[in-house]
Amino acid sequence: LRKNVEDFTGPRERSDLGFVTFDITADILNRKKCIFDWNVKQLFLYLSAEYSTKNNALNQVVLWDKIMLRGDNPRLSLKDMKSKYFFFDDGNGLKGNRNITLTLSWNVVPNAGILPLVTGSGHVSVPFPDTYETTKSY
Amino acid sequence: RAAAAAAAMLSLDFLDDVRRMNKRQLYYQVLNFGMIVSSALMIWKGLMVVTGSESPIVVVLSGSMEPAFHRGDLLFLTNRIEDPIRVGEIVVFRIEGREIPIVHRVLKIHEKQNGDIKFLTKGDNNAVDDRGLYKQGQHWLEKKDVVGRARGFVPYIGIVTILMNDYPKFKYAVLFLLGLFVLVHRE
Repeated sequence: LRKNVEDFTGPRERSDLGFVTFDITADILNRKKCIFDWNVKQLFLYLSAEYSTKNNALNQVVLWDKIMLRGDNPRLSLKDMKSKYFFFDDGNGLKGNRNITLTLSWNVVPNAGILPLVTGSGHVSVPFPDTYETTKSY
Repeated sequence: RAAAAAAAMLSLDFLDDVRRMNKRQLYYQVLNFGMIVSSALMIWKGLMVVTGSESPIVVVLSGSMEPAFHRGDLLFLTNRIEDPIRVGEIVVFRIEGREIPIVHRVLKIHEKQNGDIKFLTKGDNNAVDDRGLYKQGQHWLEKKDVVGRARGFVPYIGIVTILMNDYPKFKYAVLFLLGLFVLVHRE
């Protein structure tokens, strides 16, 4: 599981807005065999950013998600993806924040039964720069 | 019409049975019925205690979480305070002043050192997040709005509840037949 990211930030109103582009290469396996067994209807995958700011001890923001149905290819190879959802902070905690951790996780939705949340092994730490960008080239 | 005919036939048998039963047996049947109702209530209350949720089982009412959940699916919830709310979890919440619980996924959380948390939700099948659904001026949900977290589910079974809600005559027919069955069944 690997992710590569580059980023820059811009202010919107009063809160920091972060822009992140990423690549995802992943093989969704469950102990060396395919996770899509007879009782798995779909996987809800999501890429989340977790970080700490002065205002809030813990922040988690979902940047991107995807529904993978049984029968879809369990190998993901996405390049140059832009985040699906706006990465707004609750305040100005993104500027100069050196430690944003990106993790890929998924919710297993069975045909019937328990709904577990699984976090993928491997995560990437990303720093945001100290200055704001004023260009609107997104 | 078929239901009315069946009920008519049942009531003829019912009258014969009642004549055969003496008063003591009738009281016994009523007590039996009361016991069944009390046991059901106790199990429900027990579930509320174990899960920590005021509504441990809910029925999915809309298609906003498709293709994971469809209208009529049954969800099992827990609401333990020790479990922190994290992104990706499926929460069932109520908007202040509204009765209907909503089942959606947590999209963003901002939690303070002391545990105060505010979070945003979105249905998997919706294009936008839930801010438009919240109360006027409300931008975030809080712990107090949460009924529970979905831990497990069973498909289709909740359709019965939806049918009973949408067609009250169906509900009364079901209750009537159930009551009849319990009173008449001698064991």
